[in-house]
Amino acid sequence: MPDIRVRGFAGSINSPNPFWLASAPPTNTSEMIMRAFDAGWGGAVWKTIGEPITNVSSRYSATDWNSMRMMGFNNIELISDRSIETNLREMAEVKKRYPHNAVIASLMVESTREAWHDIVARTEDAGADGLELNFGCPHGMSERGMGSAVGQVPDYAQMITEWVKEKARTPVLVKLTPNITDIRAVARAAKRGGADGLSAINTINSITGIDLDTFTPRPNVDGKSSHGGYCGPAVKPIALNMVQQVMSDAEAALPFSGIGGIASWRDAAEFILLGCGTVQVCTAVMHFGYRIIEDMIEGLENWMDEKGFKTLEDFRGLSLTRVTEWKHLNLNYKIVARISEQKCIGCGLCHIACWDGAHQCIHLDRESGPVDGHVELHTKPALREMQSRATITETPVTRKERAVAVQGTNPTPLGRIPRVDETECVGCNLCSLVCPVDECIAMVRIDNGPAETWDERVTSSTCATQPRS
Amino acid sequence: MSIAILPDDPQMRKRFGDLKPPLTPQAAVIEANRCLNCFDAPCTAACPTHIDVPGFIKRIASGNLRGSAMRILNANILGSSCARVCPVDVLCEGSCVLHRQNHKPIQIALLQRHAMDNFHASGQKLTIASRRANGPRVACIGGGPASLACAAELCRHGAQATIIERRPLPGGLNTYGVAEYKLRAADSLREVEMIQKMGVEFRFGVSVDSASALRELEAEFDFIFLGLGLGAMQRLGIPGEDLKGVTNALELIAGYKIGHIRQLHGTVVVVGAGNTAIDAATAARRLGAQKVYMLYRRGEDEMSAFNFEYEHAKQEGVQFLWRMQPLAIKPEAHGRLQLETVQVQMVNGTLVPVPDSRTTIDCDLIVPAIGQSPLAHFVQEMRGVEVSAGRIVADRATGRTGNSRYYAAGDCENGGREVVDAVAGGQRAARAMLKAAEVAHA
Repeated sequence: MPDIRVRGFAGSINSPNPFWLASAPPTNTSEMIMRAFDAGWGGAVWKTIGEPITNVSSRYSATDWNSMRMMGFNNIELISDRSIETNLREMAEVKKRYPHNAVIASLMVESTREAWHDIVARTEDAGADGLELNFGCPHGMSERGMGSAVGQVPDYAQMITEWVKEKARTPVLVKLTPNITDIRAVARAAKRGGADGLSAINTINSITGIDLDTFTPRPNVDGKSSHGGYCGPAVKPIALNMVQQVMSDAEAALPFSGIGGIASWRDAAEFILLGCGTVQVCTAVMHFGYRIIEDMIEGLENWMDEKGFKTLEDFRGLSLTRVTEWKHLNLNYKIVARISEQKCIGCGLCHIACWDGAHQCIHLDRESGPVDGHVELHTKPALREMQSRATITETPVTRKERAVAVQGTNPTPLGRIPRVDETECVGCNLCSLVCPVDECIAMVRIDNGPAETWDERVTSSTCATQPRS
Repeated sequence: MSIAILPDDPQMRKRFGDLKPPLTPQAAVIEANRCLNCFDAPCTAACPTHIDVPGFIKRIASGNLRGSAMRILNANILGSSCARVCPVDVLCEGSCVLHRQNHKPIQIALLQRHAMDNFHASGQKLTIASRRANGPRVACIGGGPASLACAAELCRHGAQATIIERRPLPGGLNTYGVAEYKLRAADSLREVEMIQKMGVEFRFGVSVDSASALRELEAEFDFIFLGLGLGAMQRLGIPGEDLKGVTNALELIAGYKIGHIRQLHGTVVVVGAGNTAIDAATAARRLGAQKVYMLYRRGEDEMSAFNFEYEHAKQEGVQFLWRMQPLAIKPEAHGRLQLETVQVQMVNGTLVPVPDSRTTIDCDLIVPAIGQSPLAHFVQEMRGVEVSAGRIVADRATGRTGNSRYYAAGDCENGGREVVDAVAGGQRAARAMLKAAEVAHA
């Protein structure tokens, strides 16, 4: 089996696997963290420690999607509501009983050098393997000059990082907020301040929804709400983009702990492919419990095994070189959609998507056999539906009628299998994305000669702009 | 007309509880979300009334239940009963493309019922066009699905429709002839009440069975729509058929639905193997008969009942006697009956008795269920309305008969199909009459 241990992350942090619990409700107490380690989690970032706060109820809300719960999740809970002493006493106990798991202390105190020096010293005395500076919390704390109020101003972030580094003996990670125009600005500042690593993303400012009966956004606190931090599967694409931005920037790149919608080993593998050394999980655990770690470990190991990767370093950052600026993409690369007659179930979704959302090149005109090439006469979708509703249909009541009736159990009739006009197909992928059947629509490369990017075209056309004779 | 006429008997309610229980609101949304929302959906195409199935299903998913019900009612005014009685296996659900993906079609009927139940429970009303002064006046003879659909469609477009029904309750077979665990008479009447509120007039207990009665209608109305249904149940044509203890399937079903029959006992023999025969046989079981036989002169593969009905009958404990023909019925002691039967076999395309295969079945009730006879004798009175093989001949697209003032749809025209076919036919006829009236006034 592959070795998924993490060694010397951000200098000296070790953990039995790259899966950490993010600083959040699942890491509120020692009792919880020890249960998580028992379940298999490699590390835990302690629920942010600072001067205890008072929370409101309720605190969470979610975005459901098509009957699935918590596609996105939102919270207005603040940092730990327990005393610094209690948290640090428990941390020492955890570290003593679980010496091989990574215990990271998330910290947030008022923006003075003394306050930071004090908390860093006390936390390291408690045995933390590393520190995570919470410059990301977007709600409540930011109104008090902490959290994202720091993370949105590169100079503040750099200054506090420097204060912490004056004192810290363990690796210092700076947790970045996504609520900023360019996340690299703060990442660079943290690096200038001497940070040993970064973690991102923190939650995104959000209003998850509004109750259409009370007109109050959720979560409802006595008739009012406040913007919260958005996380869960919905934010993963945003997080991946920000990770890539930072990791591809020489002035910003540091050992990275990826956060944002990670719920499975697949998600984790993607973050690692963009350069992350560890990943942090919260929403998925809040949804399903610590037990999800088992599949995350197994799945990652099995995938690495299939791909021949022996350690995490074997594939970490592999995808970074595959992200580029648009101007470097090959303009002559052309793919077209091919629909499998055997797999097509006849739902017509690619047809309507192509007509109303793309380039009108998927047609339902195959009544008798394959039609190839460009056909200019098409029945428009609305007309087709109208025609079909004007048809007189009867219930097949006799056995004979039933035998010839169009049934879903029969193969898809040719008239319902769309064809692609390849002369018009721009290879946008939309049809293959809406198709409900795996591998039914393939995007196939067609030969288009040598590669040429926009950058190259602009450069060469500049050269070619000679006065004509 | 009132639902209150029907007896509310807790025991009967228990015995004839929903065969398929309704979806809970959350289950409906989960199921609705499974629907792919096909373009030019095969389910819609398969439905004789072309209900916009993905349209009403996605409205359930979005929480627009009112819009969902309206989507259904716009296409099919009897959407509520169709959700319960349609053989969806060979219609919408049968054509669902998900058969080809994961073999689990969308439960369209239950979703439709969910939307319609919500519509009725929330006391919503249909909006209708105000009555036009020069709109056609139409008499719809027969109070079953074809006439109801026709009359409702006419009213929605501002025309005037009057339903003339010989029985005391409207709804035709929806009220009197469908197994109670599929469609309760009360639900049928609730649906008719909605149509009545749209402005359709009803005349009950009026038989139109003579030329003079028709002439009177012709004087009063512009068009006459024939939604007559079929005639009486066909007789077996064997000795002893008129003995006490011999009934027929529709009589048995109507009897328990309106409270005349509350209990059966002993052995019941149903003759025939169609869908109505199955409704009668399962009803006999639920009414307390210890043994229920279905006796059919052909084999399992040739029975006309839908497969799901056959499976259901077996589950209910109905026993099947294949390739058996009744010969005679004889009275026994204590009001019991003896049914003489013979085994038959196919020889050169005809069924002939198997030698020495006579048997007798001691039973308490015999229920012929070998189809309804056509109404030919009555419609012969109508000049210009052609009848062929017991069916009124009408144009398929318009329901227009040989007489331009007479239109027809439903069982009397199609020979006996489903409720949804009657609705589709009735609507087509209504639209054709509206158009004809427009042309006449132009």
